[in-house]
Amino acid sequence: MRVALLVTHIRAEEKLIIEAFNNRDISPDIILDRELNFEISSGPGQPAPSGSAWREYDMVFERCVSTSRGMYALAILNSWGIRTFNTYETAAICGDKLRTSIALTRHGIPQPHTRVAFTPDSAMQAIEDVEYPAVLKPVTGSWGRLLARVHNRDSAEAILEHRQTLGDYNHHIYYVQEYVDKPGRDIRAFVVGDRTIAAIYRESNHWITNTARGGLATNCPVTQNLDDICVRAARAVGGGILAIDLLEDAGGNYVVNEINHTMEFRNSSQPTGVNIAQAVIDYVIEQARVTA
Amino acid sequence: MTNQTPPCPECDAEVEIPADAMENELVACPDCGVELEIMSLDPVGLELAPEIEEDWGE
Repeated sequence: MRVALLVTHIRAEEKLIIEAFNNRDISPDIILDRELNFEISSGPGQPAPSGSAWREYDMVFERCVSTSRGMYALAILNSWGIRTFNTYETAAICGDKLRTSIALTRHGIPQPHTRVAFTPDSAMQAIEDVEYPAVLKPVTGSWGRLLARVHNRDSAEAILEHRQTLGDYNHHIYYVQEYVDKPGRDIRAFVVGDRTIAAIYRESNHWITNTARGGLATNCPVTQNLDDICVRAARAVGGGILAIDLLEDAGGNYVVNEINHTMEFRNSSQPTGVNIAQAVIDYVIEQARVTA
Repeated sequence: MTNQTPPCPECDAEVEIPADAMENELVACPDCGVELEIMSLDPVGLELAPEIEEDWGE
């Protein structure tokens, strides 16, 4: 089986993925997104940076840390009929919080109450509609960057003015959510195909619980309820290999906060006891064989 | 790969390279903490890793 691993650079996750492929006697070609230079209309016969034609690959596994590079590369590869993990459609939905909210709504998946507005005045109204504290997020972005918990009208006015003045047009899409008063933690669950293979609690004294921001990872048992909402959420965005971020509301019910399509998991295998990289790679190999 | 400890291009501290290091792998300088990218393995060449961009993440 010929596999291309598309990366921005090699992080801990990509080393684990390469090792997992090697465990199945597959040696993926590493392709750097900085070296991509597609001729759109020439199709998959053109050479990849590895020297092999794109069509020679049975799959391209996309692990770019750059969301936009990865997403557009998937768009091109899928348009040529190249099998990728994940697909462009899944990446395009998960890479955009607004599109994720629409997909979750369409499939009846619980999520925080969310409003969207396009000007500072209407965004102020949106914030007051969801009530304080509200959460403002960019529609694209990760690692908890540029999130704001807004406690009152003064801080809302300041944040909206900063976003309107200093941000590019992406920051003028005002995505506003209710603040879910979670119990000092959120949940990250790893879905591979139709199965939730593991989950962690991310505990923090800070309201932003990302492990990239210092959240502590501990094992979260995968109950039937958790598996059910995670698998439904994964299907809602097109399925594949996904990390579902969930919050527990005051009643202990799950709401889906975000879905990540190029998940990081370096801190999650040890507390869960699940070899996440191997589970992912065994799944993609199986899928590639089934659909070959 | 033999043990190599190339200098950090930012602060000149010795950076220990793991035995299983790969080209384009990220490593951190133990002294100044800057993120570095391994550009070559034999000999090891280090460069400052690209600055995080707004769309980077997961």
